[in-house]
Amino acid sequence: MDVIILQLLNGLDKGSAYALIALGLTLIFGTLGVVNFAHGALFMLGAFCAVTLQKILSLSFETIDPTKTDFLGNPAKIKTPYIESWFGPELGSSIIDWSVPLAILFAIPIMIGVGYIMERGLIKHFYKRPHADQILVTFGLAIVIQEVIKQFYGANPIPTPAPDAFRGSFDFGTLLGFDPNVVIYPYWRLVYFFFAALIIAAVFGFLQFTTFGMVVRAGMADRETVGLLGINIDRRFTIMFGIAAAVAGLAGVMYAPINSPNYHMGMDFLVLSFVVVVVGGMGSLPGAVLAGFLLGILESFSSMNEIKQILPGIDQIIIYLVAIIILLVRPRGLMGRKGVMED
Amino acid sequence: MLGLEKKDTSLLIIVAILTMCAPFILNPFPADSAMAQFNAGYPDLMQRFVIFGIFAIGFNILFGLTGYLSFGHAAFLGIGSYSAVWMFKLLGYNILPGIFLSVITSGLFALLIGYISLRRSGIYFSILTLAFAQMSFALAYSVLTPLTNGETGLQVYNSDPQYFHSDAMPNIPHLFGQEMQSTYTLDAGAWSFDFNTGYYLCALIMLGMFYLAIRIFRSPFGLMLKAIKTNQTRLNYTGLNPRPYTLAAFVISGMYAGLAGGLMASMDPLAGAERMQWTASGEVVLMTILGGAGTLIGPVLGAGFIKYFENIFSKINDTVLHQWFAFLPDGIEDFLIAIVHPFVGKGWHLTLGLMFMAIVIFLPGGLVEGGQKIARKIRGKKAEDDAPAASDTTPAE
Amino acid sequence: MSNSNFTRRGLLKTSAMAGGALAAPTLFDGSVWADAHSGYLNAPTGSTVTLGFNVPQSGPYADEGADELRAYELAVEHLNGGGDGGMMSTFSSKALQGNGILGKKVEFVTGDTQTKSDAARASAKSMIEKDGAIMITGGSSSGVAVAVQGLCQEAGVIFMAGLTHSNDTTGKDKKANGFRHFFNGYMSAAALAPVLQARYGSDRTAYHLTADYTWGWTQQESIQAATEAMGWKTANNVLTPLATTDFSSYVAPVLNSGADVLVLNHYGGNMVNSLTSAVQFGLREKQVNGKNFEIVVPLYSRLMAKGAGENVKGIFGSTNWHWSLTDEGSKAFVKSFGEKYGFPPSQAAHTCYVQTMLYADAAERAGTFNPCGIVEALEGFKFDGLGNGATEYRADDHQCFKDVLVVKGKDNPTSEFDLLEIVEITPRAQVEYAVDHPMFAGGELGKCNPGA
Repeated sequence: MDVIILQLLNGLDKGSAYALIALGLTLIFGTLGVVNFAHGALFMLGAFCAVTLQKILSLSFETIDPTKTDFLGNPAKIKTPYIESWFGPELGSSIIDWSVPLAILFAIPIMIGVGYIMERGLIKHFYKRPHADQILVTFGLAIVIQEVIKQFYGANPIPTPAPDAFRGSFDFGTLLGFDPNVVIYPYWRLVYFFFAALIIAAVFGFLQFTTFGMVVRAGMADRETVGLLGINIDRRFTIMFGIAAAVAGLAGVMYAPINSPNYHMGMDFLVLSFVVVVVGGMGSLPGAVLAGFLLGILESFSSMNEIKQILPGIDQIIIYLVAIIILLVRPRGLMGRKGVMED
Repeated sequence: MLGLEKKDTSLLIIVAILTMCAPFILNPFPADSAMAQFNAGYPDLMQRFVIFGIFAIGFNILFGLTGYLSFGHAAFLGIGSYSAVWMFKLLGYNILPGIFLSVITSGLFALLIGYISLRRSGIYFSILTLAFAQMSFALAYSVLTPLTNGETGLQVYNSDPQYFHSDAMPNIPHLFGQEMQSTYTLDAGAWSFDFNTGYYLCALIMLGMFYLAIRIFRSPFGLMLKAIKTNQTRLNYTGLNPRPYTLAAFVISGMYAGLAGGLMASMDPLAGAERMQWTASGEVVLMTILGGAGTLIGPVLGAGFIKYFENIFSKINDTVLHQWFAFLPDGIEDFLIAIVHPFVGKGWHLTLGLMFMAIVIFLPGGLVEGGQKIARKIRGKKAEDDAPAASDTTPAE
Repeated sequence: MSNSNFTRRGLLKTSAMAGGALAAPTLFDGSVWADAHSGYLNAPTGSTVTLGFNVPQSGPYADEGADELRAYELAVEHLNGGGDGGMMSTFSSKALQGNGILGKKVEFVTGDTQTKSDAARASAKSMIEKDGAIMITGGSSSGVAVAVQGLCQEAGVIFMAGLTHSNDTTGKDKKANGFRHFFNGYMSAAALAPVLQARYGSDRTAYHLTADYTWGWTQQESIQAATEAMGWKTANNVLTPLATTDFSSYVAPVLNSGADVLVLNHYGGNMVNSLTSAVQFGLREKQVNGKNFEIVVPLYSRLMAKGAGENVKGIFGSTNWHWSLTDEGSKAFVKSFGEKYGFPPSQAAHTCYVQTMLYADAAERAGTFNPCGIVEALEGFKFDGLGNGATEYRADDHQCFKDVLVVKGKDNPTSEFDLLEIVEITPRAQVEYAVDHPMFAGGELGKCNPGA
C-alpha cells in the first residue's frame, strides 16, 4: 500500500511536468494548427532562464588571496558575488539561493517575448503551409535554439538548486499512519505539483471566464466564422502563442532544480510531449492535462520492482504501449475532436 | 524505354550517369589542396549517400504518394540491419542471404505495424508508428541484448558459426568473393578518385529501386495512392476501400527501408540500436521534405544534403580554418575564424538547423522546386511563359 | 595507380610484406621492421603523419569530448616540439624527441562520434579513407569504443581507446589493434570495496540502481561481487532505462527496502540526475538499521560531478586520474594544460593525452607506423611517469594495469574545479585479475591487422 501511495505521488509529479508541456503544445496546435517541434526548446529555454538568473545574481569580482594557491600554484583568486558585497553576505547569499523562484518573474516576460517574436517572425508565414513544412521549419528552429544555448552554456548539466528552505523531504507516511521514512516526498517536488496545478487552473480560467478567452475558444472551434464577425483573431492567436511559450517556459524554470538543465533537455521531452498531446486527443486542453497525469502515473507504476519482475523492461516502453492501446481503443485519443489533424 | 515515358527515362539516365560518375563529381578538389576538406568522394560517404537515398525513396512512396507521415520508419532500417548481421553470423559473409532476409523481415514487421497503425490517419497514425519504433529501439538497447547486443551493436565474432564460411573466403562482407571494401584508387595528377566495389553495388541497387519507384509512381496503383492523399472521403464514396492500398504502400516502403538497412550492414557489418531511434526516423522525414516530398529525385537530394553536412562539416576544426585563412593578415584571420567557428566542427548542427529553416522559408517545396525556380529564372522572362512546358523535363511530380 | 583495401591516395609502393606473419622476437627490437614506411594501410609517405581524433562533439558528452580534444591538441603540440613538453619530460621512455613521430610532423583530423556507434564508425571511416589517418583515438562511452575498435581491427589501423569503462572493451570485445589505458568496472569495484568496508563496515545492505545497458550491467556485476565478498548483502538491483531523466520513481522505494547503501551504476547525465533525485529525497539524512544511509557512485567524472553540484559532497567513487595528484607526471601535465587553457584537465583529457604519447612512443621504438609493429611495441610495455605511477600494458588483453584512485566528493571545495578529493590510491596488485576471469571471458584478441 505504501509503495502504491509513493508511486502515485511520483506519478502526479511527473505527470504535472508532462501536463504543463502538453498544455502549451495543445494551445498552439489547437489555436493555430501548427505542429511546433520547437516546443521542447521553449521548455529548455525556460530552464535556462533560471540558470541565467542564477549566473547574473552570482556575477562576481575577484580578489587575490595570497595565502591560498590555485591549481597551478599561483595565488588564488577569490570570487565574491557583487550582490553579496552590496547587500551584505547574508542577504546576498539568500537572494542567490532564491534565484529559481525569482526566475519565474524573470522568465514570464522573456518567454512571452520569445513566443511573440517566434509567431510574428516565423510561424505566421506557415499557417497555410503543409504540416510537413511546419515540422521542418520548427525542427530547424529547435536545433538552432539548442545550439545557441550550447555555445553559451556548454553541454554539461548545470546545477540549479532549489532554495534551502525546500531541501529535504516531507514525511507523508506519518500522516497516514505508516512508520516514519516509508512514504517521504521532497518538498520541491510538492511545490512543483502545486505550481503546475496553479498554472493549469489559470490557463483554464483565462480561457473560460474572460472575453478574450471566449474569443480564442470560438476561434479554435471555427476560425473563419470568428474572422467574418470582424474580430481580429490573428492578434489574439499571437498572444496565445506567447502564453503557450510562457507556460512551457515556466514548466522549465521550476523543473531546473529537479534535474540540472542541459541544452538537449528539450529534445528529451519533445517526443514524449507529442505522445501526451495525441493520447489526450488533438485540440483538447483537458485531454492533454489528463493524458499527462495518466502517463506520468503509469510510468511510475511500471518502474516498481514488483511489476518489473513480472515484465522486465516494461518501464522502457510503457508510455508507447499505453499510447498504442489508447489510440486503438479511442480513435481520437482520450478527448480529441473530430477532424483535427486527421489528414 | 523500359516502359517509361520520355521525361522519366531521361531522369533515370541522368541519375544513372550521376551515380556512376560520383567518384569524380564528389571529388572536385585536388587531394592536397585546402578545399579537399569539401571532397565527399570517399567510399564510406558515397555508400551512405546511395543507401540513405534508397531509404528516402522508399519513404517517399508512402509519404509522398499517400500523405501518411510515418515517424517510425527507422525501425525497419534497424530490423533490416539486424537481420543481415545475423545472416553473417550464422551463414557467412556473403551478403546476398543477409540482404534477402533483411527485406523479408522488415516487410513482415511493416505488415504487422502497418496493419495496426493504418487504422488511424493523420497525426494519430504518425504517433502510432513513432510508438512502435521507440519501443523497438528501447527494447533493442536493453532487454533484447542477447539478440541485438544492445549498446555496442550487433557484430560478427570469430566464434560465430558461419556455416558456409571457408578460409578461402574473405573475412569481411563480400559478394561471391568480391570484397565490399575493396577500393581501386586512381591518381590523376593532383586529384585522386576512389572506386569502391560496395559503392557500385549499392548504386546499382539504388538505380533499380529508383526505376521501381518511377514505375510505382506512374502505375494505376500509384494513381490510387495519390487519390488517397487528395481526398480519402471521396474515394470511400466511390466504393473503394483505400486500406489495402495504403497498407501495400506501407509494406513496400518498409521493405525499401529494410533493404537500406541490409546494405548498411553489408558495407559495415555492425548494427547499432541508435539506427531505430526517433531521431533517425525524423532524419528520413527531414530528408524527404528537404528534397521535396512527392518528387522522384527530391528524397535522394535531401539524403545527400543531410549526410554531407553530418560528415563533412563536423570535421572542420580550427586547424583547418587556420589553413584556409592563412593568407590573410593575422587580425583579419582571427576575426574570420571567430565568425566561422560556431558554424563548423562541433557546431555543425547549428548550420544544419539554419539550412533547414532557410530552405523551407525560401524554397517552399524543397530543393527540387527550388531548383526549378532557379532554372526558370535563368531561362529569363521569355521562358517564363512556357514554364509548364519547361517543368515537363524536370522531375516535378 | 594502386589496388588495395580500404585505402586512399599515395599508396604507390604497396609491397607484399605481411606484418602478421613475422615472428615476434623475444627481445623487442625495432630493426625487424626494416621496410618501415610501406606494407600497411595509410603508410605516411610525406613529411607528415595524420592521427584521427574521434570525440563526441554533440550530444550529452560534448563537453567531455571538447576536453579530450584539448588534450589531443596539447599532445600534438608537445610531440612536434612545441610548448613545455608536458609529460614527455617525465615519461620513463625517452624515445620521443619532440620532432614529431619518426621525424614526421604530427597532423590531426577531428570528427564527431555523437556518442552513437553508427556515427562514430562513419566518422572513423572517413578519417581512414579520406584523410589517411594511421591511428584513431577518442570516445566517451563503451558502446562507441567497442564499435570503433572493431572497425579499426577490420580496417587495419591502431585504436587507442579514450574514456571507456566497460569490462567488455578489453574483455569479450577485445581486439589486437585496440588498446585501453582507462580502467574498467572490475577495477573500480576492486578498489572501492575495501574503502567502503573501512568506512561503512561490513554489515551493510546495498540497493543498486543500474543503467540498463551493457556498461551498467558489467559495472553492477563487478560491484556486487566485490562488496558481497566482504560481507555486504544486496537488497535489490533495479535496472533503469537509459532515456530516464527523472529517477524519482526508482529512488523513492529505496528507503523502505531495508537497504542502507544506494549504489548508482550510472554515468554522465544519468548519474547527475539519479544522484540529484537521491539527495532530493533526503536519503543522506536518514538512518536505516541504526546506520547512516550512504550513497556510492562507482565511476566518477569531475565534469559530470560539476553538473550534480553540491550533491556530490561526501560521496565515494573511483576515478582513473585526478588533477590534484602530486607525482611529477601529473604536475607537469596539469601545468601545461592549465597554462594553455586556464583550467585543470579532466580524467578523459588525461587518458587521451597519455594514449597519444604511448602511441607515438611505441611507433618511435618500433621504428615504424605499421600497426603490427605498434602492437608488438605496446604489448607488455612497462612505463612510468604518465600520472598513474608504474603501469603495464598487458599483452594478453591490451588493458593497462595501474593504481586506481578512490575519491570522495569534497566537503569544502576551494574552487569550481576542486570537487573531488583523493581518499586512497589502491595499488595495482589489488585490482589485477586473471585474463580468463569470468567477467572478461569470451573474446579473443586475434591477430594484428596492418590493413594491406
